[in-house]
Amino acid sequence: MQDLLQQLLNGLSQGSIYALIAVGYTMIYGIIQLINFAHGDVIMVGAYVALGAALMGFGFIPSLLMAMIACAILGVVIERVAYRKVRPVSRLAALTSAIGVSLFLEYIMMYFLGADIRTYPPGILVGRTYSLGGVLITNKDLLVLGTTLVLVVILQYIIFRTRTGKAMRAVSYDGQAAQLMGVNVNNTVAITFFIGSAMAAAAGILYGIYFNSVQPLMGLMPGLKAFIAAVLGGIGSIPGAMLGGILLGMTESLVAGFGGSMYRDAVAFIILILILLIKPTGLLGKGVQEKV
Amino acid sequence: MGGVAPLLQLDDLHVHYGAIWALKGINLTVGEGEIVSLIGANGAGKSTTLRAISGVVTASSGRICFHEEDITKVPAHDIVKKGIAQVPEGRRVFANLSVLENLEMGAYIRRDTKGIKQDLEDVLDRFPRLRERIGQVAGTLSGGEQQMLAIGRALMTRPKLMLLDEPSMGLAPLLVKEIFSIIEEINREGTTILLVEQNARMALQIADRAYVLETGRIVLDGPAKELARQEEVKKAYLGG
Ligand SMILES: Nc1ncnc2c1ncn2[C@@H]1O[C@H](COP(=O)(O)OP(=O)(O)OP(=O)(O)O)[C@@H](O)[C@H]1O
Ligand SMILES: [Mg+2]
Repeated sequence: MQDLLQQLLNGLSQGSIYALIAVGYTMIYGIIQLINFAHGDVIMVGAYVALGAALMGFGFIPSLLMAMIACAILGVVIERVAYRKVRPVSRLAALTSAIGVSLFLEYIMMYFLGADIRTYPPGILVGRTYSLGGVLITNKDLLVLGTTLVLVVILQYIIFRTRTGKAMRAVSYDGQAAQLMGVNVNNTVAITFFIGSAMAAAAGILYGIYFNSVQPLMGLMPGLKAFIAAVLGGIGSIPGAMLGGILLGMTESLVAGFGGSMYRDAVAFIILILILLIKPTGLLGKGVQEKV
Repeated sequence: MGGVAPLLQLDDLHVHYGAIWALKGINLTVGEGEIVSLIGANGAGKSTTLRAISGVVTASSGRICFHEEDITKVPAHDIVKKGIAQVPEGRRVFANLSVLENLEMGAYIRRDTKGIKQDLEDVLDRFPRLRERIGQVAGTLSGGEQQMLAIGRALMTRPKLMLLDEPSMGLAPLLVKEIFSIIEEINREGTTILLVEQNARMALQIADRAYVLETGRIVLDGPAKELARQEEVKKAYLGG
């Protein structure tokens, strides 16, 4: 029983990180129907920016904020430079461009910073472990869960309570009709990249601290997993992405905890394939909405 | 219209969709306070004309003037701010947003909180069925309710000119009557109307003037009552 709770807790932490990444995937997909392959690499850039800040002596929160701002701008630049012109041409062209951006970010980081694994200075978080009825909770877990919770609440607020959020949802349903209401679609897409990439940066620093490693290819696996989480939840649905992230994290953790750590990643992909077979629209996906 | 410049004026407007030449030199005017209808067969270019006015498609040549200002090159999201609203073909309500949110999207360009509140009340008074369904997701509304929502949403922009693209499409006869009388009412309250319709009989009844479009060209125009009496119009658009 304790073991189970322990695994679920670990899964919850890891799942929160997936959720933060998946939210960005799903928002960007929702608004321009593009699988932003570079999203995972934005995580990596965020982790490096935060690492730089931490090495300069900044604490967790300032480092987090710097990474989020830097990546938000990076996201907007990526959309402007690599996607905006090719998007109207074809989806395949945009997807190819996204893969290009992904490789570019990975190798530019490798070129300038090397492929070595780096770690955050210990000062960013002094390791502590608490025991709660036999279940061990580290302050890493608390940091991940707390940060995710705060960001998710802010995100929900923006999407569902603000004028900009309303415009984002309107554009994701029907861009041309939104234009007729006076919405500048290009700006709205840029805002979506801004927010989604900031979330990815937060996931990057959390991932780097949680697994104690930062390197140029670190975004690949969590990027893929978060993509699975987004599909699992129903791509385009924000609550779906959160749910999908948490579920995937917990499943992985359970598989690993009960002797299958070698199969952990395989399980994630099997889940994806099964979902696609059984419910192609995902857990909270709406499917193709009928337009009258 | 005497010597007064028209509210809207299209001069030799051409529109292409790639290789398809959809509008081949349209000349059309709408005077302040008028109801003007644009009728024509499927594919004649009626929707394209409205899309060009709203800036959703760009003219390949020609001019669109509103209030004597050249708006041909103004992007779609700025056209609304000039006072031109469109109720598009097929309603295009935001099915994932609630009725209230759809109406709020209509007021997206506005900052006058008080005026927005007042207009919202007016729209809900005009369409009591929307008030009953205010929190409901728009995708679950019936076709008629969605049409009301689309008109309400356009009203929320506080337009000087309202473009309506086949508002009667797919509605039961009783509802068609209701929608047309609402259009007349909106017009009486001071909004100029450019109405595209398949239902030529109804459209000619409420319009002051009308244009007949055939494969991208205006072939007839004049006072609506006179057009309704013409043999060719009767044969082609009024069922003989
Ligand atoms: N997005 C598009 N791409 C290519 N061709 C288009 C596009 N939209 C319209 N067309 C073409 O332009 C012409 C005019 O179309 P439009 O939609 O303006 O006609 P319409 O008069 O509104 O017809 P309907 O009564 O069926 O709505 C048609 O030949 C149509 O096939
Ligand atoms: Mg049409």
